[in-house]
Amino acid sequence: MNEETGTVYTETVLHSAAEAFAAEVPFQIAIVSLDSGGRVTGRILGNRIFVDDRVSRVETRDGVPFFRKIA
Amino acid sequence: MGVEHQISHMRPVSVVGIGKTPFGAFPDRDLRSLAVEAGEKCLKNAHVAASQVDAFFLGNFAGPSFVGQNHLAPYISTALGIQGVPSTRIEAACASSGSAFYHAFTGVASGVYDVVLVVGVEKMTSQPTPKVTEILAGAGDCAGEVKAGSTFASLFAMIARRHMHQFGTTSQHLAAVAVKNHANGALNPDAQMRKVITFEQAMASKPIADPLNLYDCSLISDGAAAVLLVPTERAAEFTDKPVRVMGIAQASDFVALDQKPDITTFPAVRRASERAYRMAGVGPTDVQLAELHDCFTIAEIVAMEDLGFVERGQGGPYTLQGHTARTGSRPVNTSGGLKSKGHPVGATGAAQICDLVLQMRCEAGERQVPRHSVGLAQNLGGSGASCVVTILGTV
Repeated sequence: MNEETGTVYTETVLHSAAEAFAAEVPFQIAIVSLDSGGRVTGRILGNRIFVDDRVSRVETRDGVPFFRKIA
Repeated sequence: MGVEHQISHMRPVSVVGIGKTPFGAFPDRDLRSLAVEAGEKCLKNAHVAASQVDAFFLGNFAGPSFVGQNHLAPYISTALGIQGVPSTRIEAACASSGSAFYHAFTGVASGVYDVVLVVGVEKMTSQPTPKVTEILAGAGDCAGEVKAGSTFASLFAMIARRHMHQFGTTSQHLAAVAVKNHANGALNPDAQMRKVITFEQAMASKPIADPLNLYDCSLISDGAAAVLLVPTERAAEFTDKPVRVMGIAQASDFVALDQKPDITTFPAVRRASERAYRMAGVGPTDVQLAELHDCFTIAEIVAMEDLGFVERGQGGPYTLQGHTARTGSRPVNTSGGLKSKGHPVGATGAAQICDLVLQMRCEAGERQVPRHSVGLAQNLGGSGASCVVTILGTV
């Protein structure tokens, strides 16, 4: 059981965003099912990920978890 | 309290007036003038004077954010000449005027009011698109998904992605919804985008949030719609074509998408429709036409599944096979839907009722369908946190 790792439940790449994020597009977000239970919406760093991919939390910025694919 | 107990205490309620502005981008119109135009058309349609109105309900999502005006209900009702009566704004994201209609219904059904006017309005195009996107995102969970960068397009994109994963829904299925609704909207003189599109155009349009493209998304719109409700026993005083509210229910669920156990289904739609069907004494197979909340193409597919029109996972193929086309066995969104007609958020629920009533009065012009005695409207708020389902009948 680890709250730092999980499995991608769903994902999308945004090409259009709200004002505060407009400079960052394209970027990927995902809903991750955490191994410790529950789901969280977070950002994806690095390679594009897909449903059922395994990811781990690499950092948290202002309460938002950032995940990266587990190689 | 069970639904049967509630029904036994209710007075039958009918819609006796409708009024709408065209939907579109109207730089010269302000929020109040749009709302007043729809309200005046509706009162005139029912041959009612403003002084006869017992209560006013306004559906509006984000007037304070879009145009900087609060206290909107009396701001609009007094401009309509409605004085002194209860005047209340209801906010339920994109289901705001569906909810206003629901609360107007409960007021008439309970015997508290006789003549109730519902107006839904939104004025969105005075803000640039990134600001509109930000204001709309406020209907999501601002401490979670929105902080991570989610937009409404991205939330429905994630629903679409999961639906594809679980059921094999394809981009072609999504495009089939857009192509159909644009074909209908092209015949609607009040629609914002009166333009037929092809599958190729829909599938090649620019990506917004993968797998959703531009033509999978509804429009940014200005507009208003209004409905007048009275007890059925008094309907003949106002119109010779009353349309009865056979069943209606509102339901709620989590605001954050990541709190839902299964994002390929909306429990609020299921709960509201089950109650509305029971109250109306009909089932999904009795519904002859529907106005469904296609804020994004995937939303129409999921709605048909949650309403029991088709089995789960079959919404896409059912659309592609043409069953929901204007000429199909069960037309969906003959108005053009939010996709082509436009989606002034707070006006949408009331506009769905107006569009059903037009069909049920045989006043839908070129888009008139032959079977129109039982119609259903489904108005969704956010990513499924609010839903109102209304079943109208002329039988």
